[in-house]
Amino acid sequence: MSSKTAASLLLPLEVDSLCFRVERDDLLKDISVTVDSAGITGILGPNGAGKSLFLRLLHGLLEPASGEIRWHHRRLDKTIRRRQALVFQKPVLMRRSVAANIDFVLNSSTRSRQRRDEVLQQAGLYRQRSQPARLLSGGEQQRLALARALATEPEVLLLDEPCASIDSATTLQIENLLQETSARGVKIILVTHDIGQARRLSDDVIFMHDGRLLEYQSATTFFDSPSSPQASAYLEGRIVI
Amino acid sequence: MQDFSDAFGLAFSLIIGGDPDLIEIIGLSLRVSITAVVISALVGFPLGALTAVVRFPGRQTIAVILNASMGLPPVVVGLLVYMALSRAGPFGWMNLLYTPAAMIIAQSILVTPIIAALSRQVVEDMHHEYDEQFRSFCIPTHRVIGALIWDSRYSLLTVALAGFGRAIAEVGAVIIVGGNIDHLTRVMTTAIALETSKGNLALALALGFILLILALSVNAAVYGLRASARRLSYA
Repeated sequence: MSSKTAASLLLPLEVDSLCFRVERDDLLKDISVTVDSAGITGILGPNGAGKSLFLRLLHGLLEPASGEIRWHHRRLDKTIRRRQALVFQKPVLMRRSVAANIDFVLNSSTRSRQRRDEVLQQAGLYRQRSQPARLLSGGEQQRLALARALATEPEVLLLDEPCASIDSATTLQIENLLQETSARGVKIILVTHDIGQARRLSDDVIFMHDGRLLEYQSATTFFDSPSSPQASAYLEGRIVI
Repeated sequence: MQDFSDAFGLAFSLIIGGDPDLIEIIGLSLRVSITAVVISALVGFPLGALTAVVRFPGRQTIAVILNASMGLPPVVVGLLVYMALSRAGPFGWMNLLYTPAAMIIAQSILVTPIIAALSRQVVEDMHHEYDEQFRSFCIPTHRVIGALIWDSRYSLLTVALAGFGRAIAEVGAVIIVGGNIDHLTRVMTTAIALETSKGNLALALALGFILLILALSVNAAVYGLRASARRLSYA
């Protein structure tokens, strides 16, 4: 079975009237969307739009106040989460060597030195394999976090602003890695507020503002003629309130 | 002042001369306290980690009990262990009273709550940092606990050291269950108590200095280890 078919096994992603609330504060309001296409979906929007919360809900790290999330017509549960991987904005690396960080997530049946080295080579971290992970530079740490996520062979890869505070060379490396991963059939959902990155990578775009999903379009349509005034303002670089 | 200078002189000559009685006492003190700390760590690390990670009913109660037990009075522990191990007690058949084993049991009971309560705090802090990532990877609880204990190993070493400090310095429990028998259950603290009551202040002070030096060097060793761990960003 090719990985392309494997990825489509978790699609479509259906989100139905999703709300998320902290105390009486509605942080996500009535989000409904169906994502059926492979490739890279960018989630765009200004700070505080609820992009990261939405991503965490899609992964099942948070419980919605109401509404439902289904992956391939099944309600989100642990078995589905196991088939996904999430890369956080700030990488959480364990206090171990680079190689040991990868070993930790390879389960006992798939754990092999060869697999680990392969993943490290792919991320350009093979030479640093015995270094303490937390002494790597910011960009290397993020690459390791991505490599660790890929080591679990996810069918869906979720990323929360993976390039938020790293240099352009590393950003390019990460973007290349994401494109290769997507080409292998892994569905990627990427939260970013870097419009340039969304343009370079996304096949389709979800635009969020103030806890609401305002648009879900193909990337070309979204960037050429956004339908909401908020998205137009955002793309023009104006401050969106 | 005379006592102090005598004590220094005596301590120095005892150490340099390698006095066999002194070495025996130090050896037994270390054997009893280190064994007690190892046993306490084997119980206390997982217990602390479990209460830090797993949400179960009564978790807060256990945390309060552990914290409160950090201040268990050694004489009370000594008395309870004495009663349990005495001929009439439930474990009297084991014939452990007045043996180093009884002292190890008493010190383990004293030290386990300290190690468990302190490691709960250490592990809880790290758990906050790792929690989302572990949940994302769907890591099972037993692996989470193992990973947290391993990753906080250098902080836990300091926790074990706090337990060792408590064990090596306490006198109340070991004197009750050990009986301070020469060449059998005499450790540094009980020897100091005995020599002081005999008026042999110089020898008592000499033992006291050795106890201090011992505590200082163990602390320095662990401090050095932690510093190098921090350099490697492992702590």
